[in-house]
Amino acid sequence: MEFFKSDKIYNFMGKRLPFLGFSSLLIIASIVLLLTKGVNFGIDFEGGTIVQAKYEQKAPVNQIRDILKQTDYKNATITEFGSAEEVIIRITGSSSSITNDIGDEIHKILKPTGNFEIRRVDIVGPKVGGELREKGLMAFGLSLIVILAYVSFRFEWRFAIASILALAHDIIIALGAISLFSIEVNLDILAAVLTLLGYSLNDTIIVFDRVRESVQSSKEDVLEKLVNESVSKTLSRTTLTSLTTFFVVATLYIFGGEIINGFAFTMLVGIIVGTYSSIFVASSFLVQLKFSINDFRTKEASKLKRQKEKDKMRAMYEQGTI
Amino acid sequence: MKIFNYRLVIFALSIIFGVAFAIPSFMQTDSGKKISLGLDLQGGLHMRLGVNTNEAVTSKIKTIATSIKYYADDEDLLIDGLSIDNESVSFTILDKDEIPKMDEMLKQIKGLDISKDELSYTLKLTAADIAKTEDLAVSQAVETIRNRLDQFGLAEPSVVRQGATDIVVELPGIKTLAEEKAARELISKPAKLELMEVDEQRADQVYTLSRSQASEYGDIILEDTKDANTKYLVKEIPILNGSQVIDAQVAFDQSNQAIINFTLNSTGARIFGDFTGKSIGKRLAVVLDGKVYSAPNIRERIGGGSGQISGGFTLVEAGNVAIALRSGALPASVNLLEKRSVGPSLGADSIKASLIALISGLAIVFFFMIVYYRRAGVIANIALITNIFIIISVMAMFGATLTLPGMAGIVLTVGMAVDSNVIINERIRELLKSGVSVTKAIEDGYSNAMRAILDANVTTLLVAVILYAYGTGPIKGFAVTISIGILASMLTAILGTHGIYEALLGKISKDKDLKKWFGVN
Repeated sequence: MEFFKSDKIYNFMGKRLPFLGFSSLLIIASIVLLLTKGVNFGIDFEGGTIVQAKYEQKAPVNQIRDILKQTDYKNATITEFGSAEEVIIRITGSSSSITNDIGDEIHKILKPTGNFEIRRVDIVGPKVGGELREKGLMAFGLSLIVILAYVSFRFEWRFAIASILALAHDIIIALGAISLFSIEVNLDILAAVLTLLGYSLNDTIIVFDRVRESVQSSKEDVLEKLVNESVSKTLSRTTLTSLTTFFVVATLYIFGGEIINGFAFTMLVGIIVGTYSSIFVASSFLVQLKFSINDFRTKEASKLKRQKEKDKMRAMYEQGTI
Repeated sequence: MKIFNYRLVIFALSIIFGVAFAIPSFMQTDSGKKISLGLDLQGGLHMRLGVNTNEAVTSKIKTIATSIKYYADDEDLLIDGLSIDNESVSFTILDKDEIPKMDEMLKQIKGLDISKDELSYTLKLTAADIAKTEDLAVSQAVETIRNRLDQFGLAEPSVVRQGATDIVVELPGIKTLAEEKAARELISKPAKLELMEVDEQRADQVYTLSRSQASEYGDIILEDTKDANTKYLVKEIPILNGSQVIDAQVAFDQSNQAIINFTLNSTGARIFGDFTGKSIGKRLAVVLDGKVYSAPNIRERIGGGSGQISGGFTLVEAGNVAIALRSGALPASVNLLEKRSVGPSLGADSIKASLIALISGLAIVFFFMIVYYRRAGVIANIALITNIFIIISVMAMFGATLTLPGMAGIVLTVGMAVDSNVIINERIRELLKSGVSVTKAIEDGYSNAMRAILDANVTTLLVAVILYAYGTGPIKGFAVTISIGILASMLTAILGTHGIYEALLGKISKDKDLKKWFGVN
């Protein structure tokens, strides 16, 4: 079975401006969303309390709301969680007392609403929230730097810039989707975004590796054509891997339960965007950055020459005939 | 035809390794190393506590004051106005001739910053000593909490210090809210026992004095544990504190009420004996965590160093207080910074859900690979299965914890692990189409694909390492499974499948129908 005719070369670069335009639109929309709607930070980063309760029957959300209104937890928000029996009660603020537990109190307060079980109580104090936020940002920044360094070292600086731009593209759009669908941003979402970083780069690198290889092996001098050839040759791989990963993450989204939903959703969006960007966007950046085939060839050739000379020297030295 | 090529041998060994070491985790047998499930999967309590280290400093100041008072009494040095605030002890000595003796005594106490103004002394802790005291307080708190939880009888409690002032407590296997509450109370109970002298001279003024007036006399006002309206005026500097308690047991008094008998060490016993000997007729307040439990009259000298706390405990309460006393007082109070508690039913649901996701994800990938690549797909699937076994084995061997994000990591690995084989197979197809022989197509396919696979995997691995370094609990679990998954896929998907092809090479070469092998037209 084949998805794409392997010898067909698609003219991606000829249409790169419309694609870049489309991407720009998505990015602008995402940024506008992020600036106006913002992201919904969960308790891991903001601090606060979450109580998850499961009722034996359908959860009486309105009754819970009314009862809590008369207590200290006026500002609590109550939402259904996964099923009609389960609710999540979010409370801003946290208690620093070890013995007076918010979970216990909620349990007592809600006694009249029926039979339920408290399944989860998460309390994150402001100190920990701040620390997690700081560490999260550090991890994010550090990942970008490490990737930039690695790609520059293995490829060339234009590849590194193009892959970072493609990454930024993917991450911004994924964040836009997180904002649009009001996904609660917690540690697991951060993990998903960082995984995307790796995943999307993974995709891009496979394409770039092909470009690098073609520059050396093919006689083609026009960058656009060369890139078209490389992207087309890797198209089957890109789509197949993305498909398998997509399906697997989709099953995680469908069957993984409510707790892993945000994670799976973020990954789903990221896989789609990442696949799109490694086919249509990353290489376009490379072309826009005016990557020079000839310079690269000369550089590689001189590298090869130097290596050859070194080998020759060594051979002569070893034979003792300097 | 090289059936026994080194690649295949290594692959076979890794299959054996993977299956053998994964069995205990799958079967949940008692023997062998198993993957331990994170609190989010098995249910339990995770808490991060902050130690209020400044209290340890205050308490050290108090101890210094206690020993000065004891020394002065013992040596008949006349001192006056012995008082403490948060950071310093001050007093005046009445007889100038006794200054050298006092100086000699103070020299014995390390880390003191002494300033003298004629007859009055002010003692402070040096900055280095404050830092040391704070540090010690945290490690002592870890030790104390660990002891208490060990005696409480929970399976595998874990208490670890984190950073300068924090402690992370993990209690897997907590099943009910009541159990959780009891554990939390045990952890946070200061269990600070103090034996204090009631100020008999001013005792009847206790209801009219304000706290600040009391402190001018060197006294404090404490409430009774059962009745907040009953108050006692006691000397601020205790006769003894809990650090001299070596044992505490639950017993019963005449009316069958639970009481706690405690035993003091030799120093404590001596101080206690001396004090009771000269204070016959006065009252001794037994103070636990700032509340007076009882204040009996001293009828005779109490030697032997044992005493009791009565005060209407329930049996369970008395048991917990005794545990807390035995394990020592918390050097400083702790407060809650973070708490995550997961009920066992939620954990079970999470396991079920992620297993379903894993199995259906595997099924989809299997299906796709076989439809697309035919036998090459089967070979890739063998590698994938081995990969999962290896992840589980390696995690079990290192005692790593499987968390919900870790499960997500395994599921994700399933999606991504076939990537290497997809890249390789695509290369092989390309080469076959350009008319190369099967042998060369396979060899070149692997070597051409290698650079891309390495670069791609290294970057993912780098991100995983950073996630591990900066992540907490569950995120670390995710980073671990992803990293092991990537490394294992290098072994199985690159080396392992190559070995299989080498072994089958003769067969594939003879086969005219390559569609069957690589799905290529």
